[in-house]
This record gives sequence, C-alpha cells and structure tokens, in this order.
Amino acid sequence: MNGPAITTEGIGRAFGDHWAVDGVDITIPEGEIYGFLGPNGAGKSTLVRMLCTLLRPSRGRGVVAGFDVAREPEQVRLRIGVALQDAALDDRQTGRELLDLQARLYGLHRLQRRARVARVLDLVDIGDAIDRRVATYSGGMKRRLDLAAALVHDPSVVFLDEPTTGLDPVSRAAVWEEVRRLNAELGTTIFLTTQYLEEADGLAGRVGIISHGRLVAEGTPDELKRKVGDDLVVARIDEVGEDTLQALRRIPGVGEVVVGQGEVTVVADDGAGIMSPIALALHGCGARVESLTLRTPTLDDVFLQLTGSHLQADAEVAT
Amino acid sequence: MSDLASIALRAIRQIPREPESVLPAVIVPAFFYVMNVGALSKVTHLAAGLDFKAFELPVSVVFAVTGVSRASSLVTDIQNGYFDRLCITPVRRLPLLLGLMTADFALVMTLTVPVIALGLAYGVRFATGLPGMLAFMVLSGLWGLVFTGLPYSIALKTGNPSAVNSSFVLFFPITFLTTAFVPKQALAGWLSTVATYNPMTYLLAGLRSLVSSGWQPATLGYALVAIAAFGTVSMSLSLLALRGRVKHR
Repeated sequence: MNGPAITTEGIGRAFGDHWAVDGVDITIPEGEIYGFLGPNGAGKSTLVRMLCTLLRPSRGRGVVAGFDVAREPEQVRLRIGVALQDAALDDRQTGRELLDLQARLYGLHRLQRRARVARVLDLVDIGDAIDRRVATYSGGMKRRLDLAAALVHDPSVVFLDEPTTGLDPVSRAAVWEEVRRLNAELGTTIFLTTQYLEEADGLAGRVGIISHGRLVAEGTPDELKRKVGDDLVVARIDEVGEDTLQALRRIPGVGEVVVGQGEVTVVADDGAGIMSPIALALHGCGARVESLTLRTPTLDDVFLQLTGSHLQADAEVAT
Repeated sequence: MSDLASIALRAIRQIPREPESVLPAVIVPAFFYVMNVGALSKVTHLAAGLDFKAFELPVSVVFAVTGVSRASSLVTDIQNGYFDRLCITPVRRLPLLLGLMTADFALVMTLTVPVIALGLAYGVRFATGLPGMLAFMVLSGLWGLVFTGLPYSIALKTGNPSAVNSSFVLFFPITFLTTAFVPKQALAGWLSTVATYNPMTYLLAGLRSLVSSGWQPATLGYALVAIAAFGTVSMSLSLLALRGRVKHR
C-alpha cells in the first residue's frame, strides 16, 4: 500500500436534511491507531460505515488502503476488517465455524483457513469456547470473537466501532490489550471509534474529536490536552452567575473560564497558586461551593472547551 | 460458486440446530393427510370413484414444501448485523440469497421423503415407479424453491420478522383455491375460475399424474410452466429486494 491507510476529503453523509457527517478531512498513516472520539450521535458510526463501504458518501471522498470507497468498494473490502458497534455474529454457529466461514468468503483454501484461524486465536483469547455455539458466549467473548472475525483474513486496515461499549472493566481491558498487540505485532492500521476518554487516551496515537458530524480537533492526546492548559481548577457550585464568571476572570493567572453543568472550570498555568484566589472570589460572590478540585486536563476538558458540553454527559463513564 | 457453497453450507448446518423450524413442516402435512384420508376417502370414492389416498398425497407434499425457507434466519442476520458483516466481505451479493435458497431446496427435497413414505404406508403406489417418485420429489422441490422467493423478498424488503411470518397468509389462497380436495371438474362457479389461474392447480395435476396415471408429458409440462411462471414473479421480487438491501445505500 502506497500513501496513507485512510484519507477522507470533505466526506459527508446526509439523511434527509440532516448531515450526520459533515465534511470531515482526516489522514491516517499506515500502522497508526487512530481514535475517533465523540458522544452518541456525533457521526462516528456513520463515518465508519462509509469507510467500510456499507454507506455511500453524499459528498466528498474516502480512500482506504489506496482505493476509493465509492468507486472501488470491492478492492476496499478485500483489505479491511471491521467490527461494528454491536458484535455482528451468528449465534447458531460455533466460534470456529464462524471464523472459518469468514475466511472462506475471502477465498482462502482449507490449509490457509486453518492457519489463519489458529493465528487469530493466538491474538484473541477465546479458549475452549471456540468450539461452542456463539449463543453461549458472554458479551466480552462475543466482542473478542467479533475482533477475531475482523482479523482472520489479515487485513491491512481494521475498523473497530466502539469495541468496548457495554463491556465490564475486565473485558474492556482485555480488548484494549488485544488491540495493542494487533497493532504492535502485525503493524495493522486501526481506526477506533469510542465514547470513552480512557480508551482514546490510552490506545490511540492520535485522536480526532467529532461533534455534530464535524471534526472539531485532532492531534495526539497530549497535544490536545496541552491546548486546554497546564492545570484546571474545577469548582462545583450551586449557581453560576455572570458576576461569578467576571470575578473569576479578573483573577491574575486565569486563562479561560468554561461553564459546564453545575460547575465552572478555570484554566491556569499554575493551578495550585490560584486555588485560594478562586475560593475567595467565589465566596465574595456568595456562591455556595460544593467542591474545589485541582487536576490536569483530560480529553473531556478538550471536548468541553471546543463544544461547551461534556463528552460523557450521556455516556456510561469508563472505569 | 465457492461463495454460493459457503453460504449454503452455513444455512444447511443451521437446519438441524433449529428443529422447531422444520418439525411443523413434517407434522402438519402428515396430520392433514391422515385426517383427510380418514374423513373423505369413502365419500370421494362413492361420489367420484377417486382413490383419495393417491389423490391427496400431492396436496400433503405441497403442504410440506410450501413456505419452508431460511427467511426468518435472514431477518435475524439483518437485525443483528451479521448480514452487514457478510456484505463487508468480498462475497458477491447474489450468493447471499441463492446460498440460502440452495439450502432450502435441499431441505424441501428432504421433507418430501417422510410424506411420500406415509403415502406408501397407506398403500399408495406410483404408476410411474421409482423414476416417477423421484420426478415427484423434484417437482415438489422446485415448487418449494420458487415459493421461497416470497418470504425472502419480504425479509429483504422489511427486515422485520413479523412481516415474514405474515407471508404465510399467501399460502392459503394458493394451496386451497385449487383442486386440493376435489378434481377440477367438480369445482363450481368462481372457485373453478380462480383454480384455472392458480399455478397450484397445474402443479397438483402434474404430481397426481405421476402417482395415478403414468407419464403424461403435457400434464408435466404444464406443471413445469406453472412453476416457472410463479418462479419468475417470486424470484424477480426477491432479487429486487436483495438489490435494494445491499445497494451502496
């Protein structure tokens, strides 16, 4: 493959009057884990479905593994592996039958299929359950089998659409570990959508943040967090009035003041040094302070700063 | 061909794992055969000189093979995303449907065996011998195959299990507004007119000829034409529905 593993140029998809994805430009080099972070309904899955040829772009273009997704979908399909948002499996087959069928559909002969299935089972731990019907699998095992099915034909680009949504913390950590191994051992390019900050932060080399169908920020997790500032002081208060905000903005050393739901986030280079002035300013405004916390920025702060709302307002918080 | 075999093998493998979807296709026709023969044999013999056991065997076979398909499984695949997974592979689109129909054909051919065995146990003998019995199975199997076009077109169009289940209502006019219980000359009025245009009438005539009359090329030809005519409509509908489902939406 020459050039980037994935490129999109102004790609967009409309459903009626609503643009689910609205002019996204991304370039992902080979071998990268790219995290696509956004809340439910932001357009993550729609972009994945366009890039894996299930949905035709309404405008713009997408190139995956060197082939245009709209004009050369057959070539794209040969080179990608996909695990969609809900583990797309057939409960009536055994795990091994499912993987074997998947390999057959890629034209692999029997010996190749046997070798490939053995190889993905080395990567993705399913154990003896591989010969049981999929209906008997736990949610975590289904996710791992789904991942194995996406890998069995040795794709150069893998799309994982919210691969850990709905999993317990242990299963989630296991999937993360498998994604890391896949990238490290095979050099596979991975496009990962997620609504979990920890997932994007811990797995992805670069992160794109999507909101309302638009890419609002892109960079390494550290780069994105540095854009917010060095320290954050978060005050949970009963009511955020304009006078409170003005008082906080007047404090020397305060960079930006961002209002969230029931809280105010103050960006500063020296968070520890302005804790006391912030406490005094809030007290002076008559605000009832529930908590005052000093911490370093997270990707959620990046999202808050860019969009004015928390990323995980409606998402289950990963632990 | 390899894609077709892969999809068909998967579908065939599922059949014994879902006996609940096959058992009614054996039990219901056997029940109706025993009941109808028990209730109507003497009457039809006295009234029309019919050997009702032989006359009714094709009806029971048609009951067994009509409406048996993997359409419900296809809906499950659509709903749980497995159909999308198949569409992301390089598999050509036509085998996604034809593979299931191939499995259906194998199943309906198999389903004719216990019904024929029941008829033989009741004393029915094929005037055309063993070759006629095989032709009887093939004609029945072909009918079962072309009928699957209807539930598949509904499954692919709607992706809705209730809609697929409701396709069973098509079974009733096709199998009852015909010569299911009496010969065509005994039908009167509107029922006779409807039966004239019902392809099932010609299928039953062809099947009955194999059991009772011997080789009758014209009757068998009409049966094949009836199957082909019905199949042209049902298969066209299912292929259109497939195209709508898999087109690069």
